[in-house]
Amino acid sequence: MPDKLEADVLIVGSGLAGLRAAIEAASSDKSIRVAVLTKVHAMRSHSVAYAGGTAAVLYPEEGDSFDLHAFDTVKGSDYLGDQDAIELMVRVAPQEILRLEHWGMPWSRRPDGRVAQRPFGGHSFDRACFAADKTGLYAMQTLYNTTHKYDNIEIFHEWYVTSLLVEDGEFKGVTAIDMKSGEFYAFEAKAGIIATGGAGRLYSFTTYGHSATADGLAMAYRVGIPLKDMEFIQFHPTGLVPQGILISEAARGEGGYLRNNKGERFMKDYAPQKMELAPRDIVSRAMMREILDGRGFPGPNGLDYVHLDLTHLGEEVIDEKLTEIKMIAIKFGGIDPAREPIPVRPVAHYTMGGIHTDTYGRTPVRGLFAAGEAACISVHGANRLGCNSTMECLVYGYLTGKQAAEYVKEKGKSDPSPELVLAEERRVFDGILRGGSGEDPYTIKRELQQTMSDHAYVFRDGDGLSRALKKVRELRQRFGTGRVADKSREFNQNLINVLEIDMMLEVAEVVLVSAIARTESRGAHYRLDYPKRDDANWLKHTLAYRTADGPRLDYIPVRITRWPPAERKY
Amino acid sequence: MAGKEVEVRFKVFRFNPKTDFAPRWQEYRVNVDRSTTVLDALLKIKEEQDPTLAIRYSCRQAVCGSCGMMINDKQMLACFTRVLELNSNVVKVAPLKNYRVIKDLVTDFGEVFQKERQVKPYIIRHDVEELLNPTGTYKQKEEELLGYIQFADCIECGMCSSACPVSATDPLYLGPMVLNRAYRFIADPRDLGFEQRLEAIDSEHGCWRCHFAASCSAVCPKGVDPAKAIQLLRRALVKRAVLGISSSKVSELIPMPHIKGKLELPKGWQ
Repeated sequence: MPDKLEADVLIVGSGLAGLRAAIEAASSDKSIRVAVLTKVHAMRSHSVAYAGGTAAVLYPEEGDSFDLHAFDTVKGSDYLGDQDAIELMVRVAPQEILRLEHWGMPWSRRPDGRVAQRPFGGHSFDRACFAADKTGLYAMQTLYNTTHKYDNIEIFHEWYVTSLLVEDGEFKGVTAIDMKSGEFYAFEAKAGIIATGGAGRLYSFTTYGHSATADGLAMAYRVGIPLKDMEFIQFHPTGLVPQGILISEAARGEGGYLRNNKGERFMKDYAPQKMELAPRDIVSRAMMREILDGRGFPGPNGLDYVHLDLTHLGEEVIDEKLTEIKMIAIKFGGIDPAREPIPVRPVAHYTMGGIHTDTYGRTPVRGLFAAGEAACISVHGANRLGCNSTMECLVYGYLTGKQAAEYVKEKGKSDPSPELVLAEERRVFDGILRGGSGEDPYTIKRELQQTMSDHAYVFRDGDGLSRALKKVRELRQRFGTGRVADKSREFNQNLINVLEIDMMLEVAEVVLVSAIARTESRGAHYRLDYPKRDDANWLKHTLAYRTADGPRLDYIPVRITRWPPAERKY
Repeated sequence: MAGKEVEVRFKVFRFNPKTDFAPRWQEYRVNVDRSTTVLDALLKIKEEQDPTLAIRYSCRQAVCGSCGMMINDKQMLACFTRVLELNSNVVKVAPLKNYRVIKDLVTDFGEVFQKERQVKPYIIRHDVEELLNPTGTYKQKEEELLGYIQFADCIECGMCSSACPVSATDPLYLGPMVLNRAYRFIADPRDLGFEQRLEAIDSEHGCWRCHFAASCSAVCPKGVDPAKAIQLLRRALVKRAVLGISSSKVSELIPMPHIKGKLELPKGWQ
């Protein structure tokens, strides 16, 4: 029998949402034992990479308001966001900005010493709080550092969670591998929060770090929790060709232009008012339209691109406000953005869908919450606005951490049945590590990523999606149980990779099945064969449940409170 | 962008202390182009030639701090080093010095994370309720921010402590990464915790142990300059000892009336 560990609140994932939740649970009661399990070192989660900022209403006296922020978000979501949750989120957001500020966040400031804000795509007011263009690094540092203040938070760096222990509809804990020793543990807990981020590594051209393999989504799906709205994947307009590294929207927020091969600012034909600062789905489609109609530049491996032009901003603005972008352009692209345009193309950037939760971040399993990108509440609907994801991470980290702390107070010790734990140990060690079968897992991964990039990208159609689904199911067969070449215990990344790829195959199938079913175009999901939004039939959330024959789809209504659906124009 | 491919030889340090008698060098050949980073090449080796190779990596854009290693005997981030810029037909890759090896290129950061806790790397203040439930923002002027922001750029890759000659000989020395973190907070006008950090920093294994080789700053991939942070720590300690000045910080709270505290949340699942 594997060794046992115990906590009251167990958090999977150490990005912005996970760390924020840990601090909230730990600070609400010193007697609550909080465990954070993360497959990387906690401060290295991919939240470190965001440059842009966090949206919040800070200065209502200057004309911004919660209603305005909520409406921008609803409109941005193409009316698929749940309006009650969006209102809750924008109301909590300003407090979170201040909490970070109090905990050491070096927010960029106004001359009077208050927090500065800048414009961002789809927002009708300058409400993006930022810290130069390293907002994510600083925010993660602020939260990670603050966890040290609490003796009741224990961080388990490089622990890979393999499954959720759920019995009778109740969360009992997780199973996990301590990567350093390779030991397998049953980790019992009264409440759990999944904060494992999105599914971006399903794509080959992606802004996500290598760790974004959708583990949390797959694990929740496997215990019967539906995945919601997985057809909605955001493609950020400006991924650096060929690496896919994000060139932050800050580049356009500070005045950068997009140009086609004729040198034209083509956004005038697609969003004449907002131009480059129209929402991401609209800009990405405009770019792909230009590229497909022959107004792009030829790139390597089919990665044709357009130009992001910052040359007119001048060296001073770039050096002062866009240092990280400059570093990325020079180091990874060999381009000085003050002198030459940057080659960019739409890139997989965000998973609007995720683990189904209610307005407060509760999953259908008692005692289990989800927060941040792993969750789908839904506050982003069919398309997320820039700076709203980090806001969601902070707000829902806070809300779920607080509720989890409350929940465990009245809860007795958790007691997952030994059979469940043993079955998982056999699956991982006998079934995969020692007895695994199938083709080379990395070949399978590359083919999966290429398939998703070819057929589930900015423009989709029924044929392509169906071919992709067939291919993913074939890959599933070829993958078998997963083959592991490394038989050692210590830091067996090969085993972890195989477990990850297994989860990616599972989630990719859900994305495709959900996308095939949705015969309309809404937000980031654009069907060439169904180019119109169809509120009569599709103003609803997709829920995908796991069955032996693949995902079974069901639908639930969108919660519309104050803003009836209208045409979305910018 | 991409371009012509060239074959490069990689000599990679392989060692599992639990099962191997001694480390060994293993050779691989990889095709690279001008955009291929050392991390890309190592992942190519792992995925196409040898899945048993252990590498720590994540963001691949020089901001997460995972992939610090010895590349041709220098501390470098693998994702931030293009193979061809090394101008070398053989690329030698080994784990960071001054850390215990877990496996191959993966080193143990457990001790340095423990040391970091000793310097209380967080904002310390007395207005505890305000910290948890803010009613406004602490005023911070641009020039105040400039006093600490450089030191906040640290991504904790640990390469500075790997390059430090003192860290190499004194296992208890806090090291440049941790001392830099301490100074980042001491220099922040919002922080009032100087006295509480003295035990760790004003000690024989604290900032006085540094003998200013400055190799830490030379290898920092983010331009942080931990050697300067250590000098500034010493200056702060001297000022305290000689002039009796430990902190003259004030940070004014600017109220923000629309930030309201309470909200209604459901209880549990019933």
